[in-house]
Amino acid sequence: MTNHWVDIKNADLVFVMGGNPAEAHPCGFKWVIEAKKQRKARLVVVDPRFNRTASVADYYAPIRSGSDIAFLSGVINYLLSKDKIHHEYVKHYTNASFLIDERFALEDGLFSGYNAEKRSYDKESWKYQFDKDGYARVDETLQDPNCVFQIMKKHYARYTPEVVTRVTGTPTDAFLKVCEYIAETAAPNKTMTNLYALGWTEHSVGAQNIRSMAIIQLLLGNMGMAGGGINALRGHSNVQGITDQCLYSDALPGYLGAPLDADIDRKTYLEKRTPKAMRPNQMNFPQNFPKWWTSLMKAWYGKEATPENDFCYDWLPKRDLSYDVLNMFDRMYQGKMSGFVCQGFNPLASVANKKKVGDALAKLKYLVIMDPLVTETSEFWKNHGEVNPADPASIQTEVFRLPVAFFAEESGTCTNSGRVVRWHWKAVDGPGESKGDAEIMAHLYQTLKHMYAKEGGAFPDPILKLSWPYRIADEPSPEELLMEISGKALTDLHDPKDATKLQVKGGDQLASFGFLRDDGSTACGNWIYSGAWSQAGNLTLRRDSSDPSGLGQTLNWGFAWPVNRRILYNRASADLAGKPWDASRTVLKWTGSAWGGNDIPDMRPNAAPEEGVMPFIMNPEGVARLFARDLMADGPLPEHYEPFESPLETNPMHPKNTKAKSNPVSRIFKGDLEVFGTAKDFPYVATTYRLTEHFHFWTQHSKINAILQPEHFVEIGEELAREKGIKAGDKVKVRSNRGYIKAVAVVTKRIKALDVDGRKVHTVGIPITSGFVGRTKPGFLTNTLTPAVGDANTHTPEYKAFLVNIEKV
Amino acid sequence: MKINRRQFFKVCSAGLTGSSIAAMGFSPTAALAEVRSYKLARATETRNNCPYCSVSCGVLIYSTGDKSKNAPGKIIHIEGDPDDPVNRGSLCPKGAGLMDMVNSPNRIKFPEVREAGSNQWKRISWHEAFERIAKHMKTDRDANFITRNAAGTTVNRWNTFGFLASSSASNESGYITHKVLRSLGAVAFDTQARI
Repeated sequence: MTNHWVDIKNADLVFVMGGNPAEAHPCGFKWVIEAKKQRKARLVVVDPRFNRTASVADYYAPIRSGSDIAFLSGVINYLLSKDKIHHEYVKHYTNASFLIDERFALEDGLFSGYNAEKRSYDKESWKYQFDKDGYARVDETLQDPNCVFQIMKKHYARYTPEVVTRVTGTPTDAFLKVCEYIAETAAPNKTMTNLYALGWTEHSVGAQNIRSMAIIQLLLGNMGMAGGGINALRGHSNVQGITDQCLYSDALPGYLGAPLDADIDRKTYLEKRTPKAMRPNQMNFPQNFPKWWTSLMKAWYGKEATPENDFCYDWLPKRDLSYDVLNMFDRMYQGKMSGFVCQGFNPLASVANKKKVGDALAKLKYLVIMDPLVTETSEFWKNHGEVNPADPASIQTEVFRLPVAFFAEESGTCTNSGRVVRWHWKAVDGPGESKGDAEIMAHLYQTLKHMYAKEGGAFPDPILKLSWPYRIADEPSPEELLMEISGKALTDLHDPKDATKLQVKGGDQLASFGFLRDDGSTACGNWIYSGAWSQAGNLTLRRDSSDPSGLGQTLNWGFAWPVNRRILYNRASADLAGKPWDASRTVLKWTGSAWGGNDIPDMRPNAAPEEGVMPFIMNPEGVARLFARDLMADGPLPEHYEPFESPLETNPMHPKNTKAKSNPVSRIFKGDLEVFGTAKDFPYVATTYRLTEHFHFWTQHSKINAILQPEHFVEIGEELAREKGIKAGDKVKVRSNRGYIKAVAVVTKRIKALDVDGRKVHTVGIPITSGFVGRTKPGFLTNTLTPAVGDANTHTPEYKAFLVNIEKV
Repeated sequence: MKINRRQFFKVCSAGLTGSSIAAMGFSPTAALAEVRSYKLARATETRNNCPYCSVSCGVLIYSTGDKSKNAPGKIIHIEGDPDDPVNRGSLCPKGAGLMDMVNSPNRIKFPEVREAGSNQWKRISWHEAFERIAKHMKTDRDANFITRNAAGTTVNRWNTFGFLASSSASNESGYITHKVLRSLGAVAFDTQARI
């Protein structure tokens, strides 16, 4: 979230699309109700189902799953063509005025530079024009045909209300009503908050769905405002924190891009990731990248990391390709992996195409499961009848299952969706011989270290010399780890401007990443968490919920990253002169000598407005990007592509170009292409979702939840039920080209057939929360049905739009 | 004086004899009538967070015992933390069932192994588990570690081993997991955030 849970109450319009918070995030959703009651805010929901959020909405519009970009592009066209934008904001705080390379084009659904063979773009023509000083060229009148504003007008003019209806199935009057409500927040003192979840990310165009909303919020001037922002309602209690610690191969903690094969040495690596300002006077905060990276290496390798050995740069593995979860299972399926560890992760149930996942696991030599509970993955080899028809004798994988402590059995911090880091305390010991995750990792590491010390082996240095300063080697405490994450001075730090002035004493915890150095004198495990444990102590423990501003900022409750800032880009909540767009919801204002207000400034505190330092300090442009230049895999502006399994034969935007039917740069594995189904055999659009009574495949183990929702079901509309002769309560079989599930039919008015491009499209809704090892009735895994193809940028699988057929059993 | 419900429990559990309660301004008769029946008054209260969705609601966990080393406690009640500015004491149907989750009979209690081709789990010691897993990892790493790529660049990676990290683990657990994995040269790892 750019904002936070309580801040939702400050919105004038709550726009929910790609999520269903009333069902999936009930206790956060009450801030929507608060906004409705106290501010008379409007709640608008767009979703394939009239879901629980829609049931309390002021306005609901249906949409075909997988057509969000067409809908949102239609909204952008409405705002641009009816001039419903926040002019000052767009002109000064976005790259609307920036000039783009004259060669840039979109032809028949493909952007300039497409390489069909490699399924990728050469992005040279997507860049800015630069002047002789190296700054991006701009046209502040926004009239130049190559400026972003004019390019956008041309790009979006195609998404007329009629086109939107034809592609999405949303009735035109409903679409226009939604546009009208959204457009009202173009007024400088009106804000819309956007709430989305996996209903946007889990598409082959997921990242561009969210980009579309970012463009809308920027055109309306809603970023940085109280009650505004782009707010991802995330899944797990610490999914934000684990993303911040970057438990994926693309990045080191704090979103520092991890080395690739092309980064042959430290110099090349740092240069590529340390941008130069693209406009004069901008903060260009990522220029500090070398300080963040060097401090991380000091946290990991301590005294071993020296300027002479490039701070152990070569000890970090270099990546040759994306090792995302889909790719890992594809490599495993091909027999290219020997071992695998699942730490609190149940891939047989949660990764696309269950059959492929199960077959892949069977090719491993060893599999290790770390979990508090029995998981389907841990028993992938076991015959559970029709729901998991495995043959144990033929599966040679050695499977270990390790008991792990649960939340109530450990201390430490979690970061909620609003980036607030809070400490929790251990209540009791876990059952039996269970151990905490950190303890298990430490123990495993120590065992390996002893083996390498004794026997030698492949490149033992980074293992043997890893900094391990913990009081009990097998059991690093969460306190020690949080202090390491937050960072400290290794030697006395003097003011860079005045060497006689001592800034920080050697050994002291640092107050923020502002003190980090690139010469090896500071250590910090994750720069964005720097200051969470300063000399003042553990700030994540703070429990002062006072809220003097009345905005719900609670600055002394826990610690929000970065530097306890609650609303990101908050400089943009004020005009060029530093006067808030809406004084009644002041987040930040210029006081004459410094930035002040009700949050930690997202700006150099003494940057006077006349200096022209723009609010988006993490961008070298200083402004926000409507046009993403070369930063996205699939285009600088979002374009509608059909899901890989689409009920339509062509992309209605580009009916003549088969290459532009679905995302032209999404990665497709051999074997997965062959198991895509077509509308001829699988005529219905399926989508997946959560239930309020269950959390994924966990709560099937909890008695009360198993009683509340004991059996798997699928939802279909009344019209489809009639056509197929299915009554409520009937057992039905749902098939995709990858397998089938059986469940109870719920026949509902909540899902209606839509008219799309001249044909009727039915939707089948499938909750994901079914499993076969819990206390609920043993059920099929929903991901038996889903395709293993993903977004071109993130490789997040397309769980939300695929094709099925349904029949009564 | 004003006193909220939880402070009231604290006061009661701190001074059951009544004299200190009287000193706080309660009449001994009223206080004594309360303390006899309510078991949470004798429980240990621990602040924590719900492990499910990313609202990450504040919860209060009540357990028996006083957390002393040789008196293992048992969780007897979990409820929303009224001080938490986000959930303000409320919990959803999932959070409300947390106690059944913590005390689920399907919790794993001991390290186990399912040998190749076998049809059953077998209990093993932690020592055996760590030794066998580390041995597998070392054999795999030593055989498949890539020092240089085809172009001769030092890459120091190990990509025949994969790891999926939990989005329910704490930041500290996640951080140490990352630190260990990179030190091994692992590149094939990912987390729930992807999906």
